[in-house]
Amino acid sequence: MAIEREFICTACPKGCRLRVVMEGKDVVKLEGYTCRKGIDYGRQETSDPQRMLATTVRVENGFHPLLPVYTQKPISKEKIGVVLAALRELRLKAPIKAQAVVLADAAGTGVDVLASRDMPIARN
Amino acid sequence: MLDQSQFDVVVIGSGPGGLAAAIAAKREGAEKVLIIERDREPGGILLQCIHNGFGVEIFKEDLPGPGYAQRFIDEAKGLSIQILLNTMVMDLGADRRIWLSSVEHGYAQIEARAVVLAMGCRERTRPQIRIPGYRPNGIFTAGTAQRWVNVEGFMPGKEFVILGSGDIGMIMARRLTYEGAHVERVLEIQNYLSGLSRNFVQCLQDNNIPLQLSHTIKRVLGKNRVEAVETVQVDERWRMVDGSEEMIPCDTLLVSIGLIPENELSKRAGVKIDPVTSGPLVDDQFQTNVPGIFAAGNVVHVYDLVDWVTEAGFVAGKGAARFAAGQLKVADAHIKVEAGPNVRYVVPQTLNKETLKTGEVRLQLRVTRPLEKAVYVEVHDGHAQITRKLERYARPGEMVTITLKPAHYEAVRKAEKLTVQVTSKAEA
Repeated sequence: MAIEREFICTACPKGCRLRVVMEGKDVVKLEGYTCRKGIDYGRQETSDPQRMLATTVRVENGFHPLLPVYTQKPISKEKIGVVLAALRELRLKAPIKAQAVVLADAAGTGVDVLASRDMPIARN
Repeated sequence: MLDQSQFDVVVIGSGPGGLAAAIAAKREGAEKVLIIERDREPGGILLQCIHNGFGVEIFKEDLPGPGYAQRFIDEAKGLSIQILLNTMVMDLGADRRIWLSSVEHGYAQIEARAVVLAMGCRERTRPQIRIPGYRPNGIFTAGTAQRWVNVEGFMPGKEFVILGSGDIGMIMARRLTYEGAHVERVLEIQNYLSGLSRNFVQCLQDNNIPLQLSHTIKRVLGKNRVEAVETVQVDERWRMVDGSEEMIPCDTLLVSIGLIPENELSKRAGVKIDPVTSGPLVDDQFQTNVPGIFAAGNVVHVYDLVDWVTEAGFVAGKGAARFAAGQLKVADAHIKVEAGPNVRYVVPQTLNKETLKTGEVRLQLRVTRPLEKAVYVEVHDGHAQITRKLERYARPGEMVTITLKPAHYEAVRKAEKLTVQVTSKAEA
């Protein structure tokens, strides 16, 4: 049975409205795109939507109480919840350097979570 | 006291515009470069913008805000640029004398051969849009909430309503959801989204947060703490539609209703402000009407991308270093760059014709209304067209750029003023 889904393409700021017709896992029709990137986006969004994730992790003894972190690559949208939960449990110790791996292979995604910035030790 | 009081270039503000200006000034040969920052670390608002999407233009990488700032902080430190933290500039004179108050150095007066204003912008607040009702705790700007949640580590509430579909509001809607809060909905008085569609998809749609267009807040309820907001639909002229009111229980209201360049200091120095941008009138080097005072970034006009702020900082910092070294001629002929049909404003507002002899000048503009079909962006000299480019669409929320090149020098040299216009391709 064919299922029709609609997406707003985010490959660039234009925001084309895509219409995708699926039969099972197959894309049988893709309309509304105005460039090649729209085709790729439509296919990715229907098979396994990916997002960059950025959040914060608690730091002991840091210049700030939180360290901003981000996934090195986009992860599966459905994994966002478990990665957030894993990061919420972490307690890091300052000092930390930008790009340091905070959580390797986060929740089995194969993607590392990195420090967004340096986090020096708190000044007294 | 400070150990010295004479500088080649002093930059006020250490956000992306200020850092880029200081780096460019140093690279251009200015020896004593100082950045003054009121916060306790450099980086500016980028430090609280922990989401991704920065650096795609400049680094061809998708970086979080603090990561983008880190690169320029590291570079500034590598170049031995002095950064004075915990320091407020109290006053600035047209003679480029600066009065400052610093935690470490107390009250001091310094002199600069050239100054770069890089104070950024401020958020519009509730009183600026006059929402009726009580004045309880629980009403914050989206940026204030962003600072608390992302840097200082506490949540401003549990049940949120967000007024305004600007990017910061949508990004905070997602952020608060990630941290366990409930965002009931986002309201937008206009009949179109004011931020990027990317943020609508990734922040609101992904988290099932409803967006209501053509809706605003009629009043706020709650005496000590926000207890509810009453929303109302508006027509195309923003008149409230009777009978469309809805009561939404919540404990916190975030407002994300626009940004205004922060120019209190600029005005003290006699810098002229463009009433449309609320930022200084600048030339192609980002020099203001006051010789030796330059301005860069969101203090000039509010950008959509930090990458463009950095580019502007580079231009202003280089100009400041050249002015400090006595290399920048102020006597050269400047012509006006004006906004024509469908254009709300153009930056820079004046142009030194001689710049085009050897270099490019980027004109950046915003249109007055959404034009969803292909358009021509054109530069005219009053009689004929000098250059034009095709864009697939033009929207007020997305800045448009058109570049003048040395090839246009002859045409610009003869012009008395330039006009930039945006017209639909079909009508051309």
